[in-house]
Amino acid sequence: MAQPIIEVEQLTKRFGTLTAVDSVSFTVAEGELFAFLGPNGAGKTTTINVLCTLLRPAGGRASVNGFDVVTQRSDVRRSIGLVFQDSTLDEYLTAEQNLRFHAYAYRVPRQVCEQRIGELLELVELSDRRKSRVRTFSGGMKRRLEIARGLLHSPRVLFLDEPTLGLDPQTRRHIWEHILALRKQHGLTIFLTTHYMDEAEVAERVGIIDHGRIVALDTPDHLKDAMGGDVITIEARDNDAAAAELGQKFGVTPARENGALSFSVPHGDKVLPRIIRSLESPVDAVGLRRPTLEDVFLRLTGHAIREQEADPFDGARAFMARHGRGH
Amino acid sequence: MAEVLVAIRVVAYRELLRFVQEKSRLISSFAMPLLFLVIFGAGFTRSIGTMAPGVDFVQFMYPGIVAMTVLMNSVMSGLSVVWDREFGFLKEILVAPLARSGIVLGKAAGAAIVALLQGAVMLLLAPVVGVSLTPLLVLKLIPLLVIISLSLSGLGLLVASRMRSQQGFQLIVQLLVFPLIFLSGVFFPVNNVPAWLETVSKANPLTYGVDAIRQLFLAAEGGGAQAIGVTVFGHTMTVLQDISVVAAFGLVLLLLATWSFEKQE
Repeated sequence: MAQPIIEVEQLTKRFGTLTAVDSVSFTVAEGELFAFLGPNGAGKTTTINVLCTLLRPAGGRASVNGFDVVTQRSDVRRSIGLVFQDSTLDEYLTAEQNLRFHAYAYRVPRQVCEQRIGELLELVELSDRRKSRVRTFSGGMKRRLEIARGLLHSPRVLFLDEPTLGLDPQTRRHIWEHILALRKQHGLTIFLTTHYMDEAEVAERVGIIDHGRIVALDTPDHLKDAMGGDVITIEARDNDAAAAELGQKFGVTPARENGALSFSVPHGDKVLPRIIRSLESPVDAVGLRRPTLEDVFLRLTGHAIREQEADPFDGARAFMARHGRGH
Repeated sequence: MAEVLVAIRVVAYRELLRFVQEKSRLISSFAMPLLFLVIFGAGFTRSIGTMAPGVDFVQFMYPGIVAMTVLMNSVMSGLSVVWDREFGFLKEILVAPLARSGIVLGKAAGAAIVALLQGAVMLLLAPVVGVSLTPLLVLKLIPLLVIISLSLSGLGLLVASRMRSQQGFQLIVQLLVFPLIFLSGVFFPVNNVPAWLETVSKANPLTYGVDAIRQLFLAAEGGGAQAIGVTVFGHTMTVLQDISVVAAFGLVLLLLATWSFEKQE
């Protein structure tokens, strides 16, 4: 592995009685695309905020580009570019004015400043909107402008906190094209947080984080291989009875996922027919697939990523849908 | 040190950019002082007559109105901090390699420049209301207005350092600004009023700002200043002493505002 550019040891951050980040340790190599995958409230953003010097850790230490995030804050700030979940643009200024403010604040030399602004606007395809106020931009355009701004001072590490949150699928794909192109051009280290599986798949290494702890950290392939084969899902009329039966007959302990049972077995395609034949509980639906990072997450934490992010109304609706049937 | 200077420059630069682009703020900041000047002036001049030998009510009130214009704009500098926090831009400022003290001073400097511009427009009205204006007087007024503005920005920034919503900020500012204005000697001399009113007024730092501006004007008019000047424990404050009070007050507020920004996460 190349020289680590981010080093985190036993990092802890508390808010009152809540431990948002609980003695987390990891390193990110120079030039790596590293992703934190986890549900909202898992501690991803808190970790980023500590790494970018916005929050002070309660315990442990962290360094970025060799600088300590507590004692060498200015050096850390100069080494990193940031794109936050929520827009941090001044909407009443133009795209160009936003970039210029950033360039002045980071002391980008005057000679290269205008040229870089031109290049970066070109890269994120906003050259024609250079003099438009940001207020008139769509969500995707704002995010692209923020990515350009984050790179203006040639940082060593780019932090992307949920860079595609709240964007439609087409725009998400577009943003990703930009991020990957940038990486190729600049050999940049990218630290990404996301709760989208497909975004984490792109990363070289993924840290799965839940309740402030890293529960697994490896390449997406290794994480999936560790699942031990294929994923079988079974939706039985009585999931509890079916689960008990599966444990008895096949020695598996299924996890619950959106009202279905799921477990992984080697050679799922051969095992599934036998299971269906021998199950006495009535089965409504079955499924068989290669494991995804979602399965890895489910296995490691015992719950699905998506269940946690549902708002109370979604929860109530799902409850009604589940329990309303048959009445 | 470089981080403080860069912060002051870049933050003040943006304040000015924003000011130029916000026409409504430009207009509203003149409206109230102008209303006071015109309505109070027209209403009271006949019935009140002269405040001191050779000083009629408008001539008395006018310097106070200039101070009021500066006050309103300076305190409102805090609003831009709350605005930035609400719309996320504050985060961009806070993660940049800029010193917190520089950010606070930059906001204050931006407000001071804006306040100076507005003060200048008010000064243009001087001949209209019968107050004479000399180049020397204007030259003396500029540093005075800058100091008053920087000090009062400190007040706005201190309030803003912890406020999360614009409505909340406006509410607190209204609660602060009106007593500050009415108890600052803009509308009546604070020397011969009931004792309680005198005590409160003389505890108000803005009183000394108003007094300093007024002294400069009346001195230029030729006399009358002595009779109206603010007295503290029997001593009539000089312009320099007035300015010192305002500056000390501002220094404390700016330090508190910086401290408050540094401490928050």
